[in-house]
Amino acid sequence: MNRGEYLAWGAGALVMALLATVPQWLDNDYYLSLLISVLMYSVLASAWALFSGPTRYVSLATVAFFGVGAYTTAVFGEALPWAAVLLIALGVGVAMALVVGLATLRLSGVYFVIFSFGLAELVKQLVTWYEVNITKDLGRYVFVDITAQDIYWQLLALLALVLGLRAWIARTRLGLALRVIGEDETVAVHVGINTTRVKVLLFTLSASFMTVAGAIMAPRWTYLDPTIAFAPAISFQTLIMALLGGAGTLFGPLLGAVPLVLLFEFLSANFPNHFAILVGLVFMLIVYAVPQGISGWLRRRKPHDGGAQ
Amino acid sequence: MSTPLLELKGLSKRFGGLVAVNALSFEVHAGEVVGLLGPNGSGKTTAMNLVSGALAPSAGEVRFAGRRISGLPSHQIARLGVARTFQLVRVLGGMNCRDNVAAGLAFRPGGLHGRAAAHAAQQLLERVGLGAQAGLAASELTYIDQKRLELARALALAPKLLLLDEWLAGLNPTELQQGIALIAALRDEGMTVLMVEHVMDAVHALCSRCVVMNAGARIADGATRTVLSDPRVIEAYLGSDDDVEAAHA
Repeated sequence: MNRGEYLAWGAGALVMALLATVPQWLDNDYYLSLLISVLMYSVLASAWALFSGPTRYVSLATVAFFGVGAYTTAVFGEALPWAAVLLIALGVGVAMALVVGLATLRLSGVYFVIFSFGLAELVKQLVTWYEVNITKDLGRYVFVDITAQDIYWQLLALLALVLGLRAWIARTRLGLALRVIGEDETVAVHVGINTTRVKVLLFTLSASFMTVAGAIMAPRWTYLDPTIAFAPAISFQTLIMALLGGAGTLFGPLLGAVPLVLLFEFLSANFPNHFAILVGLVFMLIVYAVPQGISGWLRRRKPHDGGAQ
Repeated sequence: MSTPLLELKGLSKRFGGLVAVNALSFEVHAGEVVGLLGPNGSGKTTAMNLVSGALAPSAGEVRFAGRRISGLPSHQIARLGVARTFQLVRVLGGMNCRDNVAAGLAFRPGGLHGRAAAHAAQQLLERVGLGAQAGLAASELTYIDQKRLELARALALAPKLLLLDEWLAGLNPTELQQGIALIAALRDEGMTVLMVEHVMDAVHALCSRCVVMNAGARIADGATRTVLSDPRVIEAYLGSDDDVEAAHA
């Protein structure tokens, strides 16, 4: 690493430390819950970009993992210590991602998109079936001793982890392999990249962040049922945030997540009856106006420097 | 007699009812530059794809340095030392030239990454005449320069066998001379090359031996001059008396 990179890592750590002090002086539940939303989507969009950014595999399976994480908390939250709950969520997320990844990452393009969407619906229906037929109770109450502050700190730590991991991967051979796969998979195999292994590894890493984020967020809801935990809107919003910001860059997903969470919050508070319509319009506007994402738009405005970042 | 570097034995590839490659057998020895010729649609590119692992054969086998490689995934074949260029040039358009070559350097056995890779990539770019374009996005290169870049990426794998699929097609006369000189230099260093080529000047200048295919099967295999005057080869290219058409020059 050179001096600039040490400075960047130092500055990043400092910003995270400052953000960590926020709950201590912010004495307002509404703003704290808004920040938690921002963090949740920042984690999800960054985790999504971890895999989908360089490979350009568009996944709509975000909520499949997120929901499974939330259910892990609902099922084990009362009985087990919190750390154990998070570990179980991580394990379940990894196992599920490995199975799904090995089965599907041979698909490409639109087939993968459809499959990932189908996966989320399948998991939702499986959980619904289980609750209706086995537990005879569709909803669950989440009783765990976790405060909003705890959730804020844990999501912040998760965000720091996923950003750090993305920054580190980008400088390794693995990051190069991902970019080559995103550019041309045929070339990737012909320069000796085991594309299946790389894709499954990154898909699993990405999914494990999503699952743990779901487990951390579950206590916010108190009451959980499959339509809440597996709401397709979570997948779509994650996707549009990552695309708005620019999934190919480190901070792109944050550039998308922060303004959109605030915008969606504003819309749902002021136009509760027309929220879905307005969100749809926002989606279309983003695709039309900033197809390259904010970070791509910023880069094009700058004079060409010729080098890759 | 030593083991051939590359050996195709009764290799066939069927796509449904179409037999693209039909019981093809030939050998390439270390240090040889062999031309793989034939009219359009005779199965040359399919044969290349069978060697590089992009396609799996329906029957027969490919052996490389005495080891069976047919059935192995492409990335393993590449790591064993088989590098290729593509008939329709494939560069990594969103990445700069240096990173395109770095992609070839990073995943071979004993691969390079970071500063060592940047240095090696620059040398390879200079070798193919792209030294000044290292920072340019590959998509911004001209067609010819993209072909050079593809060759640099293939060489980055430090291959034992180089597969060139019409690498010299579409060059103007000056570029063609440069291209021929580049491959001749590789040959003089001992590189083994199997090249699909329609440009006869290049075939005469570079290939000591040629294998000619027609309708998926081998119809001739021998010294370039002998093969190109073989009546069956002339008929395959020019057709029989009734349907004479211009040969590729």
